[in-house]
Amino acid sequence: MTGIGKSFLGVRVLQGVDLEAAAGEVHAVVGENGAGKSTLMKILAGVHIPDEGTIEVDGRSVEFGHPVEAQLAGVAIIYQEFNLLPERTVAENVYLGREPVRRGLVDRAAMEKATGELLRSLGEKSFGPRDLVRRLSVAQQQVVEIAKALSLNARIVVMDEPTAALADHEVELLYTLVRRLAGRGIAVLYISHRLREIFELADQITVLKDGARVTTAPASSLDAGALVRLMVGRELDSYFPPRAAGPPGEALLSVRGGGNDRLHGIDLDLRAGEIVGLAGLQGSGRTELAKALFGAEPFTTGDMKPRRPRSPRDAIAVGIGLVTEDRKAEGLLLNQQVRDNAVLVARATGRPRSGTDRLLERVRLNPPRPRQEVRLLSGGNQQKVVLAKWMTVAPRVMLFDEPTRGVDVGAKAAIHDLMRELARDGTAILMISSELPELIGMSDRIVVLRDGRIAGELPAGPTEEAVMRLAAAS
Amino acid sequence: MKRSLPIFVVLAALLVAIAVANPYFLDPPAFLAFVKRAAPLVILAAGQYFVIVSGEFDLSVGSLVTAEVVIAARLIDGTAAATWPVMVLLIALGLLAGLVNGSVTTLLRVPSFITTLGMMLILSGAVFLWTGGSPRGALSPQFRELGRGSLGPVPWSVLILVVTAAAAIWAMRADFGRTLVAAGDNDRAAALSGVRVPRIRTIGFMISGLSAAVAAILLGGFAGVSAQVGQGLEFQAITAVVLGGVVLGGGRGSVVAAMAGAFTLEALFTLLNLYGISGALEPAVQGFIIIGAVALGAVNFRRRRPAVA
Amino acid sequence: MTEQIKVRRVPAGGSILQRLSGDRPARPVYLALALLILLGWLLVALDGGQFVSLENIVGIQQRSAALGIVAVGQTVVILAGSLDLSVAYLISLNSLVAAEIMAGGDGAVLPGVTTVLVVSALVGLVNGLIITRLRVHAFIATLGVALIIRGLLDQRYDGPAGSVPASFLHIGYDRIGPVPVSALLWAAVAVSAWFLLSRTRLGYRIYAVGGDAEVARLSGVRTGRVVVAAHVICSVCAGIAGLLLVSRLAAGAPTVGTDGGYDLESIAAVVLGGTALAGGRGGVAGTVGGVLLLAVLDSVFNQLEVDSFAKDVVRGVVLVAALAIYARRRRTA
Repeated sequence: MTGIGKSFLGVRVLQGVDLEAAAGEVHAVVGENGAGKSTLMKILAGVHIPDEGTIEVDGRSVEFGHPVEAQLAGVAIIYQEFNLLPERTVAENVYLGREPVRRGLVDRAAMEKATGELLRSLGEKSFGPRDLVRRLSVAQQQVVEIAKALSLNARIVVMDEPTAALADHEVELLYTLVRRLAGRGIAVLYISHRLREIFELADQITVLKDGARVTTAPASSLDAGALVRLMVGRELDSYFPPRAAGPPGEALLSVRGGGNDRLHGIDLDLRAGEIVGLAGLQGSGRTELAKALFGAEPFTTGDMKPRRPRSPRDAIAVGIGLVTEDRKAEGLLLNQQVRDNAVLVARATGRPRSGTDRLLERVRLNPPRPRQEVRLLSGGNQQKVVLAKWMTVAPRVMLFDEPTRGVDVGAKAAIHDLMRELARDGTAILMISSELPELIGMSDRIVVLRDGRIAGELPAGPTEEAVMRLAAAS
Repeated sequence: MKRSLPIFVVLAALLVAIAVANPYFLDPPAFLAFVKRAAPLVILAAGQYFVIVSGEFDLSVGSLVTAEVVIAARLIDGTAAATWPVMVLLIALGLLAGLVNGSVTTLLRVPSFITTLGMMLILSGAVFLWTGGSPRGALSPQFRELGRGSLGPVPWSVLILVVTAAAAIWAMRADFGRTLVAAGDNDRAAALSGVRVPRIRTIGFMISGLSAAVAAILLGGFAGVSAQVGQGLEFQAITAVVLGGVVLGGGRGSVVAAMAGAFTLEALFTLLNLYGISGALEPAVQGFIIIGAVALGAVNFRRRRPAVA
Repeated sequence: MTEQIKVRRVPAGGSILQRLSGDRPARPVYLALALLILLGWLLVALDGGQFVSLENIVGIQQRSAALGIVAVGQTVVILAGSLDLSVAYLISLNSLVAAEIMAGGDGAVLPGVTTVLVVSALVGLVNGLIITRLRVHAFIATLGVALIIRGLLDQRYDGPAGSVPASFLHIGYDRIGPVPVSALLWAAVAVSAWFLLSRTRLGYRIYAVGGDAEVARLSGVRTGRVVVAAHVICSVCAGIAGLLLVSRLAAGAPTVGTDGGYDLESIAAVVLGGTALAGGRGGVAGTVGGVLLLAVLDSVFNQLEVDSFAKDVVRGVVLVAALAIYARRRRTA
């Protein structure tokens, strides 16, 4: 790709970006949210048409007006949110839009056979081509996406935040898959916010900032600090705000023997002024625990103080708030104004609300436009609106489920600061994060879940290995 | 608000066009007569808005209007004394129908399209089963006063319309209205923020049922008893709401624009009559305009849609 | 791997129909149908009548044929994530077009049929284009088209018009053994639609677009074309139903479609058959079951001589109850 430029509604999103990926190479594309990574990739995949610049695949100049043209040219993209049809089978999904036909009819047998071979070549044995996608786990669905890319004989595979929804042991499998793809001579363009992955996988790294390329360099010539500096011009050190000095206060929420069909014998205390990190693999029950504490999928057994909430509304009445993992699906009213979102909880529960504007400043909404529709905001700003929504009612206990997922580095720091501030003001906080460095950097102690049970607890600042040992022991 | 601007332009243009053809149209008596004619549909549209903005449909209002009028005629049967109790009963029935629609939709999770379609079948079937196939009895003059008569120069229906509109606008500015929109925009997010989504949607359906009861009282007075009085009103009400720029699926659009949509529809009928387009072709013109207006709205919306980078 | 695939096959019990149709949701409607037939047989027998009579079976088939054909078409658009409220007026229009042309005698039958199919396809094309190109919600788009057709009908006709030659009446009245020709026609339409949906690329794409249009688009499916094609198919089905009704009435009638309530009733039959109103899940087999269910219900009521208004009430209840059961099954599944 050479000299790619693109504007939306007069706003320049990309300017003169060059990108070159060689066969068999894993090429990481990094940058803050809004740096233009996704737009660049969507141009490569034919979703957007560039205003200027040229694209060459295998030395041939190409122009994509539609995703299918990009596919035919050998470019496949695997999005953050999966593009699969839950009600159709694996084979039907893999060959969607390109079903093999014989005498004018879809050749099911051929399709299923080919899909079976693809899955086998990826080392996948846990499901077959006839299974409904609805019944697969997130990691399995990702394998389906990759099988789809392979079935296209893709020369270039773009992966947009592929590990966002994966647990750590699944991430390992993904690494294997990515290396396998590169080993077949495929150029893998890998977008991620997670530095560790980038250094684990990438041969080359391209850094984008404000729609322009900062640099492309071999991964071996960079380290994490240098990379973050290139992305934001800030040192890695200022990443986590300092922990609170004093000991935690009284327990604001405690559970004894809490259980439901996903959780068993949960004992947990959340104390005023303390941030408790909740670690665990995907499927270990972290989100389920947050939802149980919040009454969304309530505990069916055990005791909880002040009381066991029957519904989110009940939990809010008790003084509990939950920042959900998926802010678009569960956190925000995308078509409503910032202000309406910020007062939603107060409104729904008939509580006073005042100083919304001041609150929006406090969460560092940038720019602070209370009348803007939320869907127009960047991921980081959206998450700040979610925080404002809870801060209007000032819950005594706040549960954060992946509060910085898909959020750029600047907003991430702002969110970390806010969480610390809340803790300082006496809020009890539970934080879930799949990014271990974040969890370790933020938590005053870490509780590790495994298979719906608490596997152990670690004091502030454990090593990643210590957490992983507890989370993955069998 | 920006989204609903086009409907006011269209409405103004239609009113001007009517005034050009009939210079007396903007005189108070003629204009009030127009508003009076429009009142039932505007009220129904306002009610329908509460359902649509919360993300649902109400197809039952047409047959509910018919049922209410037929019930009123049979129960009143010309006696003045029965007027007020029956009106109270009609209001209660409207609310009850809404309650059932809402509960079945939210608690049993039946798509509202089907719930209210079922309600439509049940209501029309049950009412005529009860009256033996055709309307019986008669409305009392007192009952008909609300739809026909006036207080001084102002028709009762216009007054009722003003009160309804004020109440609707107030409700939408209040916390109730904002949370209703929240439920329509993203019901999961709303529920996780403490909104009682089933309850609030059910109240939306009850408001729609209530509006059907009020519209039935006005229409019964205005047009008298017939088995066809409510026919097609559900589609007209939905059309009016959508004309006002309210999005099917919920979460976007204003109640004022929905009511303006109903006025627009009524102005369109008036204009067609004035320009001598036969009653027969009326639906066709209506069809074109609806598609055209919604298409223009969609195109407009698309242009303003932001780039998600 | 092939070994593994075999193992993974859907468990055999009660799945012949499933594998045949590829749509799981169809099962409960046939169960309900079987129960209803049993119940109907019992009630009618207690009433001193005979439920399983040739006359009755033929009646059920004939009553359901026209609705069945429309509902098959409606299934296709609903699966594609759309909806068609214009079918009732389109049927009326087609009945008149057919009868006016066929008034010319036997030689005009073929031109009549062709014209009806062409007119239907055009209306479907218009529906589809309004939805995809002008981005009008299918509900409003097809409602608008329905109004336009209605205006034209009101303008031109006050009552029945045209006539059809005697030869054409065979379609409506003849039967082969216990099976009326109209039912065969319905079966042919249903089988073709099933074949289309489960064996052709277009069918796969209809499911894909109805399941998630954005996913389909990103996989290179031209979603607009698929929706337009689904609407053309639906309208052509309405055209065939119109022809069938003409062959019954021997003349065209401007109210034949709306009197039959084919718009909402066809949607009801589709969802009774377990097809999701939102699209992407379900199939023709369920719809056929849904139509038969409605027809048997009708027939039981007729035999018991129940007031026709009571039928509406029961239909409403059955519809809502069925959907409530589906919603429950889906949640617990």
